[in-house]
Amino acid sequence: MAQVWRFSLRGKSRGAAFGALASTLVLAACATTGSANGSSSASSQADSDAPQFAAMAPEDGPFPSTYSRYPGRPTALVGATVFDGAGGRIDGGTVLFRDGEVVAVGGSDLSTDGYDVIDASGKFVTPGIIDIHSHLGDYPTPSVDAHNDGNEATSPTTPEVWAEHSVWPQDPGFSRAMANGGITSLQILPGSANLMGGRTVTLKNVPSRTVQGMKFPGAPYGFKMACGENPKRVYGGRGRAPSTRMGNFAYNRQTWFDAIDYANNEDADRNLAMETLVGVLEGDILVHNHCYRADEMALVMDMAKEAGYRVTAFHHAVEAYKIGDLLRENDVCSAIWADWYGFKMEAYDGILENAALLQQAGACVVIHSDSEADIQRLNQEAAKAQAAGQRMGIELSDADVISWITLNAAKAMGIDEMTGSLEPGKMADVVLWNGDPLSVYSRPERVWIDGALLYNSMDRSRRPVSDFELGQPGEGDVK
Amino acid sequence: MKRLLTFAASAIALSSAIAAAPASAQDFVIVNATLALGDGSEPIEDGVVMVEGGKVTYAGPTSGVTSFETDEVVDAGDAWVTPGLFATVTTLGLWDVGAVSQSNDQRAGGSPFSAALNTAPIVNPSSQHILVHRAAGITRAATSTRPSGSIFAGQGAIIDLDSDANPIMRERAFQMVSLGEGGARLAGGSRASAHVLFRAALREAQALSSANRGTPQTTEITIDDEVLLGRFDAEALVPVVNGTQPLYVAVERASDIRSVLALREDFPRLDMVLVGAGEGWLVADAIAAAGVPVIADALDDLPESFEVLAATQSNIGRMKRAGVTVAISANSGTNPRNMPQAAGNLVALGRIPGAAGLSWGEAFAAISSVPAAISGYEGEAGVLAPGAIGDVVMWDGDPLEVGSVPTRVFIGGVEQSLESHQSRLRERYRDLDESTLPKAYDW
Repeated sequence: MAQVWRFSLRGKSRGAAFGALASTLVLAACATTGSANGSSSASSQADSDAPQFAAMAPEDGPFPSTYSRYPGRPTALVGATVFDGAGGRIDGGTVLFRDGEVVAVGGSDLSTDGYDVIDASGKFVTPGIIDIHSHLGDYPTPSVDAHNDGNEATSPTTPEVWAEHSVWPQDPGFSRAMANGGITSLQILPGSANLMGGRTVTLKNVPSRTVQGMKFPGAPYGFKMACGENPKRVYGGRGRAPSTRMGNFAYNRQTWFDAIDYANNEDADRNLAMETLVGVLEGDILVHNHCYRADEMALVMDMAKEAGYRVTAFHHAVEAYKIGDLLRENDVCSAIWADWYGFKMEAYDGILENAALLQQAGACVVIHSDSEADIQRLNQEAAKAQAAGQRMGIELSDADVISWITLNAAKAMGIDEMTGSLEPGKMADVVLWNGDPLSVYSRPERVWIDGALLYNSMDRSRRPVSDFELGQPGEGDVK
Repeated sequence: MKRLLTFAASAIALSSAIAAAPASAQDFVIVNATLALGDGSEPIEDGVVMVEGGKVTYAGPTSGVTSFETDEVVDAGDAWVTPGLFATVTTLGLWDVGAVSQSNDQRAGGSPFSAALNTAPIVNPSSQHILVHRAAGITRAATSTRPSGSIFAGQGAIIDLDSDANPIMRERAFQMVSLGEGGARLAGGSRASAHVLFRAALREAQALSSANRGTPQTTEITIDDEVLLGRFDAEALVPVVNGTQPLYVAVERASDIRSVLALREDFPRLDMVLVGAGEGWLVADAIAAAGVPVIADALDDLPESFEVLAATQSNIGRMKRAGVTVAISANSGTNPRNMPQAAGNLVALGRIPGAAGLSWGEAFAAISSVPAAISGYEGEAGVLAPGAIGDVVMWDGDPLEVGSVPTRVFIGGVEQSLESHQSRLRERYRDLDESTLPKAYDW
């Protein structure tokens, strides 16, 4: 890990963990909210020295997750080929889960007493698939102008915006990702028009009336940054900075220096943008940096060292294979496509072997989608990348490849203690595939999220249909 | 020099000849193939393909072969052998980098021409995309500019993807028009305008083509400085209205499809192909009755727009069941090279209750013989049958499986290089060793 900055932040102190709310703080938050609304009972209890109006403090976690797991049956999947997401494989394995948690993963000797037994022989079990890069909800379908909520492209740096405030939970793409792709968790990012696009949000892929009902409890926030062509095109095209790659860096560096000054200034007024940047400097918010070219990624890693933050993952990273050594040394993941190339200049050197060469170099690989279509087939994208590596002689086990779309993604999103692999005590986010998930011929048969069966290909009633689709042609179709 | 062989185990022993890759067309026979003919049938074990003079002379089971004369015998060792894939509709050869406008000839929004645009002279056979897609087993393609300045895209070409200087099989092979949401925007903001523009354009063409060849009523249709139809465009539509040039109609919504099928009431000779048809399954019987083939995306299942609210991956399977001729669009997926993945997914779909997929043979045909037939090459391309072009691909696995790639590609009987910018990068960065010299010297 890069240099850790610790500041005295009186007036802006932060909680130890995002999303963890002490009950007293919740009460305090209710009280202050009450006073802001002019409600008398709460304010009358407040200390007379306290300001009359006060927002919740950042560490109180505004917009908290309201998600809680849906009921599930104690379930035993028996006889499957199990990829545990952490690089393990069990043939003829048994997976037990109940009360929302994985209980045990092992062989046929595990007792299934007290569990509903599903014969999974000939089938495969993986952890829920995780997409680290999605715009579902903030660029939902239908893709009409009124739904373009992913880029606050009015300033090159908008750390103050939060993706969750753009997410439309009725995006039909969420259900497709679950039913066809086995997606159980995903990170929604702002777009890449801006150098600093704003906070990301990590969701459980559970249908909900509100985004709060999808927010992954306890997941850290991410911070979207972008280098290269997009920011300089968007802003240079308007005759303003940045219009070059060097302008991108100058703008970013000055913003980081401003954030450091803010963090050091006990008297500064609250500033939403700066709060997010300080969260990054403190290591609580994870940087997800859209970046294609190898040389630019190397520069970004040095910029991070200069400012005192850490890049968690480069996204897209089509040239990551050129600097696998640097990425390994800096412990930065590459979240990549299997085969996208050529659509813009900085994507010209994309090759199918990117993931395999990174793995060979000992660097962290995550396969991502950035697409409402490909999120339905991350397993197939991973398989493509695997085959390309195997053709050039790089050994890549099926179990390791599954980790590219499960545990590695969870690690880079800071949720690996909770999900991403089938280990006792972890969330029972589980996919039962009707065949080898690394084959084009396989589909999710059932998907559980926190132990609740939320998709069953054999049962129409376990097929989510968003509000938007009701009463429309094809409502409830297999899709 | 030809060798006369009696087909027996001894033939296999001669397979060492595969080491020498021929630089030009030569006769060859592939034995011990897991053979997909591309005609919709299921694969054949122990298949044989014979190519002579650049044409297929035999493709089928070993039992159908007695003896043959050839230059080279290739023992496939049970590997998959198929016809070359046929990609439609693509923009292959028309661009280098999508977002680099100087390198991108897909759209001509600022042009005074639309239907008159001709793709043939601008196809670049050295484009990296041609090289990459050749290495993915695509040997022929329909390629065209896209509707941009007006509803008409221009005249597309059928191309081969071999390495010689001439990629054009047929120029002015088809015209394309957009009559859905996209066409409505181009025509001034409403489908109503798109339909009037379309009919006006075809009437101009009728006037130009009639026996008492008359003067068009209008010489030009414009909005401000935008030319929606000029004289050259009207002339280019003469073969469309006469039915000698197919008209590819980009349309998605069920009601739009019905309106397009009804165009033949006014223009009975139109030879139409539907492109897109995202809601085709809702009107599959009408499409089948009209005998209009479809080029459809395989995996679109989201309401990306209000014209595809009913999108489902079962669209192609349901249309096929209704009797529609359907090719999988080369746009199914990020690149045309993902066509086999799209086809494989439709095979997978067959196992999901309530869904309509395709059999393996149907799925493979939907990226080989069916698009070839829609393009006017029935029995000639996308299929291994006597008389067909000698486009043969050997694979390292099931060609519809996501991990599979070609190991050898023959186009017109000529073995092709599978190298590209991408393969060169792969070799350069096989390791990151710069201990003696920078990577720039590693080539």
